[in-house]
Amino acid sequence: MAPTPADGVARRTLSVLVEDVPGVLAKVAGLFARRAFNIHSLAVGPSEIAGLSRITVVVDADARLLEQITKQLNKLINVIKIIELEPGNSVQREHLVIKVKADAAARLQVTQAVELFRAKIVDVSTDSLTVEATGAADKLDALLSVLEPFGVREIVRSGSLAISRGSKSMTEKISAEKSFK
Amino acid sequence: MLTTTTADHRLYGPGGSAAPEQVTGSQAIIRSLEELGVTDVFGIPGGAILPTYDPLMDSEKLNHILVRHEQGAGHAAQGYAMATGEVGVCFATSGPGATNLVTPLADAHMDSVPMVAITGQVNASVIGTDAFQEADIVGIATPITKHTYLVTDADEIPRVMAEAFHIASSGRPGPVLVDITKSAQTAQTTFAWPPKLGLTGYKPVTRGHARQVREAAKLIAASQRPVFYLGGGVIKADACTEFAALAETVGAPVVTTLMARGAFPDSHPQNVGMPGMHGKVSAVAALQQSDLLITLGARFDDRVTGQLDTFAPEAKVIHADIDPAEISKNRHADVPIVGSLKEIIPELNNAVAETFAKHQRPDLEPWWQRLNRLVETYPLGWTTPEDGAIAPQQVIQQLSKASGPEAVYVAGVGQHQMWAAQFVGYERPRQWLNSGGLGTMGYSVPAAMGAQVGNPDRTVWAIDGDGCFQMTNQELATCAINNIPIKVAVINNSSLGMVRQWQTLFYESRYSNTDLNTALNPSGEEVVRIPDFVKLAEAYGCVGLRCEREEDIDSVIAQALEINDRPVVIDFVVSRDSMVWPMVPAGVSNSDIQVARNMTPEWDEEE
Repeated sequence: MAPTPADGVARRTLSVLVEDVPGVLAKVAGLFARRAFNIHSLAVGPSEIAGLSRITVVVDADARLLEQITKQLNKLINVIKIIELEPGNSVQREHLVIKVKADAAARLQVTQAVELFRAKIVDVSTDSLTVEATGAADKLDALLSVLEPFGVREIVRSGSLAISRGSKSMTEKISAEKSFK
Repeated sequence: MLTTTTADHRLYGPGGSAAPEQVTGSQAIIRSLEELGVTDVFGIPGGAILPTYDPLMDSEKLNHILVRHEQGAGHAAQGYAMATGEVGVCFATSGPGATNLVTPLADAHMDSVPMVAITGQVNASVIGTDAFQEADIVGIATPITKHTYLVTDADEIPRVMAEAFHIASSGRPGPVLVDITKSAQTAQTTFAWPPKLGLTGYKPVTRGHARQVREAAKLIAASQRPVFYLGGGVIKADACTEFAALAETVGAPVVTTLMARGAFPDSHPQNVGMPGMHGKVSAVAALQQSDLLITLGARFDDRVTGQLDTFAPEAKVIHADIDPAEISKNRHADVPIVGSLKEIIPELNNAVAETFAKHQRPDLEPWWQRLNRLVETYPLGWTTPEDGAIAPQQVIQQLSKASGPEAVYVAGVGQHQMWAAQFVGYERPRQWLNSGGLGTMGYSVPAAMGAQVGNPDRTVWAIDGDGCFQMTNQELATCAINNIPIKVAVINNSSLGMVRQWQTLFYESRYSNTDLNTALNPSGEEVVRIPDFVKLAEAYGCVGLRCEREEDIDSVIAQALEINDRPVVIDFVVSRDSMVWPMVPAGVSNSDIQVARNMTPEWDEEE
């Protein structure tokens, strides 16, 4: 099979449905470490089914490596299902909270930038503003580059969350099957 | 230890059901093992597993063998599993007891050995406080096991035990660690059997895709130079009989990897030998010059492929394996088939027979002529050592002749392992046990002990090196006390032989830290023998024998074969300059195989 551009190294997003048991995150994260797969971001939280958690993991990989990652993840007993969410047919969002220096002189400029990006100011002090924003990773990167000249004191990012477009659910075949509690 | 050997792995063991009864968690562990059909357990008690050793004493169905080191328990469970096909079981306490199991767990993981390790853990209330003998064994063992459990609730014990056995023995087999807190062991619970299993995320594919099987048959029918590349998976799947039928339908040469020795008889004319770093020229060439690798239960390990990008450059690849992650991991598969070889091989056989009937059967004669020339020109052999000492290869060959294929041969790791792989005649699956993937020195004695427990009526030979033997020979005590009459052939070259061989070849014969003084001093003149293996054997209640002359080999082996009431150790003092040939040096192409130092085979002109 000849490599196509689509097979090249790119940022790829996997949604991994796992049993919510102690140690499961360590098993998933440990697998990435052991097999030398690079994680770009990883976010985890409960899913719509009690007892199942959903992990969104973003990796830099070519098609072959992504296949190997998926297969290795599937071997973990607590992994129920894995799907790749392609940018074209999924919604991908990340949350960013940033504390930026903003004295009286800079405050107006910062506030304008925040409005431009439809971000929100969530905390104010005499010489700083705390801003939160949600969006695709590139939008957040753009916001950051606008705010950086003012002086960034702290950044915290959630890592990507992703969900497919349309009405289909990753768990529709699973929810009917059984309870995980 | 399950009483069934069928591929249909029983989830709940052979016992029927058990009515609910009030028990402790420890009793639930023992009752679960009994229901699962376990008969033998290897282990050592300690604080955190102590509650479970109490009801163990009353069990009439479980035979516990008290080993001398937890590593011995782990390898014994592996040896038991490899020799019988059943799940091997071992017990250890928390902390150091559990960490001593790390090597056997990693070994079993690499070689896909079904085993369940049960470890005690500190009380749930003190987990995380660095309590006495606390170690996060679940965290430690996760990357080297198929699965791990931490049990803090006694009610979970039957389900977890049943799941652990199912996971260990189904799909691609492997080790499962069950870590159970002392508080769960002492708590009251209700035991009933069978439990209800979870495991929603665990569904090994067993049925091969029919279209892929047909595609494979088409490739086979079109191939001029096909070869069966047989891995240990064929033995794990219990598919050797099915394979023999397929091999004869296709008529292609067969190579049996280190893990597959015995999967197809050495005496069969289609078997062209073991491939790999120390493979036979005909086997290495059969892969390297092939146009189609029919890969069954093998994983393109670097010791087989050599430099990957020059491996079998003209070959298409059919790859059948139960583990989808092995497909196209190292080498792209043109036709991947995921499933159990037990089901795939007969289907492939039918598909090939149909395709042959419809079209023409390919003429493999030129291919066989080419390979047969190599088989005849480059048989395995050795040169007589210049120092006048015994050739180690000769010891192993005579051992094989005297004991035959019904015996079990268990090697450690190093030169003696390679010679044992080369010079024992393998005719049946489970005749050969070794540490292939991890390469664990010290595997032999405890694994042989486990194999002997699983096969009490067979002769079990531990073919060991003097380096390996010193890593785990404490289990001779276990063998002597428990009437486990293994036979140990120490191939004693008084050095870490394989390392020394590499020093000879790649480090200008600078022998840094490879002299062991078990037969000779570093200058090779004076005999020192620290330790003296014969005295050591006697100290352990075994029979100790020594053989230093070629003419005595047969009689010493015969003497050892006569003894069946206790273990025997033979100290075969052999030449330290003998080397393992052929050899494909690490990282070079298989085509550059050397049959002896700086000697490469003459390939056909057309090649």
